[in-house]
Amino acid sequence: MMATALPSILTILPELVLATGALFLILTGAFQGTRSINLVNGAAFAILVVAAIATVFQTSETQTAFNGSFVVDDFARFMKVVTLLGAAATLALAIDEMSRQLQKPFELAILVLLSSLGMLLMISANDLIALYLGLELSSLALYVLAAIDRHNAKASEAGLKYFVLGALSSGMLLYGASLIYGFTGTVSFAGIAAAVKGGSGPGLMFGLVFLLAGLAFKISAVPFHMWTPDVYEGAPTPVTAYFAATNKIAAMALTTRVLIQAFGTDAAEWRQILVFISIASMGLGAFAAIGQRNIKRLMAYSSISHVGYALVGLSAGTQDGVNGVLVYMAIYMAMTVGTFGCIVAMRTKDGSVETIDDLSGLARSQPAFAFVLMVLMFSLAGVPPLAGFWAKWYVFSAAVDAGLVPLAVIGFLTSVVGAYYYLRIVRVMYFDDGPARFVPLSGVLRAVLAVCGIVVILFGLLPSPIVMAAGAAAKSLF
Amino acid sequence: MYSAIVFLPLLGFLIAGGLGRVIGARSCEIVTTAFLMLGMVLSWIAFFQVGYGHQGAELVDLAPWFISGGLRVEWALRIDTLTVVMLVVVNTVSALVHLYSIGYMADDPSRPRFFAYLSLFTFAMLMLVTADNLVQMFFGWEGVGLASYLLIGFWYDRPSANAAAIKAFIVNRIGDFGFALGIFLVFTLFSSIAFNDIFARAPEIAKGSFHFLGFDWPPLTLACLLLFMGAMGKSAQFLLHTWLPDAMEGPTPVSALIHAATMVTAGVFMVARLSPLFEQAPFAQTAVLVIGAITAFFAATIGLVQNDIKRVIAYSTCSQLGYMFVGLGAGAYSIGIFHLFTHAFFKALLFLGAGSVIVAMHHEQDMRKMGGLWKSIPFTGAMMVVGTLALTGFPFTAGFYSKDAIIQAAYVSDREGHVFAFLCTAIAALMTAFYSWRLVFMTFSGPPHWAEAEAHAQDISDAHKPQAGTAFAPAADTSHEHGHGPVHPHESPLVMLVPLAVLALGALAAGFLFKGVFFGDAAEHFWNGSLVFKDEIVKRIEEVPFLVEHTALLMMILGSALAYWFYIVNPSLPGRLAAANPILYRFLLNKWYFDEIYDFLFVRPAKAIGRFLWKEGDGRLIDGFGPDGVSARVIDVARGAVRLQSGYLYHYAFAMLIGVAGFITYFIVMGAR
Repeated sequence: MMATALPSILTILPELVLATGALFLILTGAFQGTRSINLVNGAAFAILVVAAIATVFQTSETQTAFNGSFVVDDFARFMKVVTLLGAAATLALAIDEMSRQLQKPFELAILVLLSSLGMLLMISANDLIALYLGLELSSLALYVLAAIDRHNAKASEAGLKYFVLGALSSGMLLYGASLIYGFTGTVSFAGIAAAVKGGSGPGLMFGLVFLLAGLAFKISAVPFHMWTPDVYEGAPTPVTAYFAATNKIAAMALTTRVLIQAFGTDAAEWRQILVFISIASMGLGAFAAIGQRNIKRLMAYSSISHVGYALVGLSAGTQDGVNGVLVYMAIYMAMTVGTFGCIVAMRTKDGSVETIDDLSGLARSQPAFAFVLMVLMFSLAGVPPLAGFWAKWYVFSAAVDAGLVPLAVIGFLTSVVGAYYYLRIVRVMYFDDGPARFVPLSGVLRAVLAVCGIVVILFGLLPSPIVMAAGAAAKSLF
Repeated sequence: MYSAIVFLPLLGFLIAGGLGRVIGARSCEIVTTAFLMLGMVLSWIAFFQVGYGHQGAELVDLAPWFISGGLRVEWALRIDTLTVVMLVVVNTVSALVHLYSIGYMADDPSRPRFFAYLSLFTFAMLMLVTADNLVQMFFGWEGVGLASYLLIGFWYDRPSANAAAIKAFIVNRIGDFGFALGIFLVFTLFSSIAFNDIFARAPEIAKGSFHFLGFDWPPLTLACLLLFMGAMGKSAQFLLHTWLPDAMEGPTPVSALIHAATMVTAGVFMVARLSPLFEQAPFAQTAVLVIGAITAFFAATIGLVQNDIKRVIAYSTCSQLGYMFVGLGAGAYSIGIFHLFTHAFFKALLFLGAGSVIVAMHHEQDMRKMGGLWKSIPFTGAMMVVGTLALTGFPFTAGFYSKDAIIQAAYVSDREGHVFAFLCTAIAALMTAFYSWRLVFMTFSGPPHWAEAEAHAQDISDAHKPQAGTAFAPAADTSHEHGHGPVHPHESPLVMLVPLAVLALGALAAGFLFKGVFFGDAAEHFWNGSLVFKDEIVKRIEEVPFLVEHTALLMMILGSALAYWFYIVNPSLPGRLAAANPILYRFLLNKWYFDEIYDFLFVRPAKAIGRFLWKEGDGRLIDGFGPDGVSARVIDVARGAVRLQSGYLYHYAFAMLIGVAGFITYFIVMGAR
């Protein structure tokens, strides 16, 4: 046992890069203070990119480390790359935003690195202990990130709310984990799967419900979503983007792994919960967003409904379903980063604005900007031939194949309702007269928007890179 | 060559329609007219090659169109004698009308559009006549319908033109519906829509029966009746004729090309093309005969009293189309087509002449405001007289040969109802002579009424409304406003007169030159199996009694003499006659009240149903429970969902606990496995 405890460095290389990089940057920041801001930010960005590259070049064989509590397979690698890219892109947004503000906390980049590290651990978690460790590592960093703009009352409120509710959800998760351990006698997913095979009693189901409640909080699925609009609105926009684009992906990966690998034989039971959560998320996300005027709040509800759509695929519980979830999350990341990039760019001479009406007349004053936002909105609404349509298509077809036709139909209907508020933004930009005139976009923003726009438009033409990788990743779970 | 004939107009349409703004109106005129001229020359070459060279029927394959189950439709050009006759008619008239339009439309700002439409029409018409199967024919059929719609409504800022365009389209849809059903039935019976297959198997299929509407029908009779319904719509036959007079809202060259010479004869062409089918369906042939006879008679009666110069010619067209169908129904298909051929020349001539008159009168169309124009526009007048002679069947003109032959064919036919058809066409011949000369006399002789009208003004749109009262008497009431000031009639430019001269040549000589090949001694070889040619009818025609042989001539002389008596010798007679028989006069003036009856029977109920479905069905039911109702509910739900988000931390935590409690309860109640 002792001999195998030391893992191969290559297996944990991305995590190692993040961890050592974060420690190094903390020291740099601590010694050099605010002067080092550019160095810290740039280095953090580079570290995320390097970690992503390292992940890409890891071997595609399934490897474990730390006595089997840490696993690297195609699924983990796919999700890690998506998460790290999302983190890098949102960090770029944050750096851009920071360059225009007086407050330049160097901690932000380091917190992003640490929470990303936590997310990678979540994605690779192969037992309940690792699950909890990864979750808490990322969450603690996120609590601070939410409140990083500490002179802003709203941001502080957001951080506090997130922390209190997060603690509650952690408690539920831990309670669930302990129940599962109690009824199966093991924490490893493989062991749980073996125990579940013989049938799960009510106790195990209770444990699973609590565990799922904790995970559902992280992916902000109804009814554990209540924090989302307030935190998304209150936190600085790049941080919100980070919440939406990376945290959900890691949490979704963790949920998928737990449900498929640990409770895969028990799909008939947890599917009932997932179907409910999925319908509630899609429905609430679609309807509540209609009433929003603040675009960040709107995006919060939008993200809730998108989680609902992804869960449609997971509800199927099949390889196709998981494939759909992976494709969905990858595309969702691109759309979300792009949209938040646009929100970051909504900046007038007097500061940032974030209501929908501020966009009126944008098509005349900044046509390229308006066009990108329009494409993103159409994609989020699921209009063919943009990426958002194909994402929905994969999850819905998986659900239909698994016999969940009503779920797919409900998903379709809510996406029709949801189209309303996305299209409203387009209408405001293109058909309303208004003074919208934002300060010119920086190069970083332009690059982020361009990349996201291209991904969204081109996915329909060239889906194979993402779909093939997702297919391989889904296969490794089964 | 055949492809060039058919596709040159399409090219012209694409150039004029697509690049019209770029290359300018003048270039459009030149390009489209030149293409048509070329097409005309090629058509005549084809005519002599196929008709006289006795080249067999040729099939030019273009491309497969679609294949669906057992239905296989090809794009192909069927070139036989019937086709080349139509090619000649269509391309000649179209080319001349293109040329004429350069002068007629000279002041119109949207000439590129006009020429594009004209060429589009020509292309569609050529597709129709070269069709090798029913579906391709339907394509051309609908294409000419579209072009006709566009051209009638060419001046789309005039409400009356829009109304006329819509009317033409809708009335044609009724016929087209029958046509489409006919195609379906043919496919059901034959499992093919290609002409060769259909004709080969027609006698065999005719023996079966087909169950429809609770009756067993002879299958081909039903198919032919349905197909004839399409022909009735397109050729403005009795009951479906109401759109043709209104179609005169379009520019006059359009009336000449589409509503006299070519498109309206599509129905005649279709029946002739399908003559192997109609031969197997005697009842359908009788229907063709009777409908044609009624149309010939009834349209002529209306033509007697109309005052709008174009409407008189329009009803004349309607009547002559009736003649053609009588010819077809009598089994003398070649004679019907011959009348189509000659009619195209003299009717186009009359229309273009009328256009020249209208231009001379500054777009005045009411004949009561004309008169005495002989001195001002002698050339146009001469051309109109030529056209009139041909139309009335003056000896040795084109109409003399073709119309007489139809009347005689009706006499000798062995179809039921042929005596009725003979009487109708004979009386119609009298009326034809009367209204044709009436038109000439009212327009060109007598005192000039436009001189009086100078002092008063005159509203153009009045010219389109039939005016009750003293229409027989020229220009009695003059309380109208005139928009143009004093009228000084002037001869039209050369570009308009040349087509008139060419057509006049055709109107004089076409009958004489081509009688022999169309139904004379050489006819059997000429047609070469492209339609059913029955030698015995021609033989019987040669043996008719003397009186029958000269019926048409007699009627023509009588009618012409009456017109001379009414309008030259004793001009006050028409007014007194109208006053003495007010009911009959109004009945004719209002076109047998067909528009009013249709308005009452169909238009009003349809509008009422439409209004009901719109207000109650769509507005209240579908919108109320559909979009409006749903969107209202969505807003309610959204409001509720937003209200849930109170902002209080303990509410949020409570929701989470409720969620967990709910799930646990669910599993306790449902029972975990």
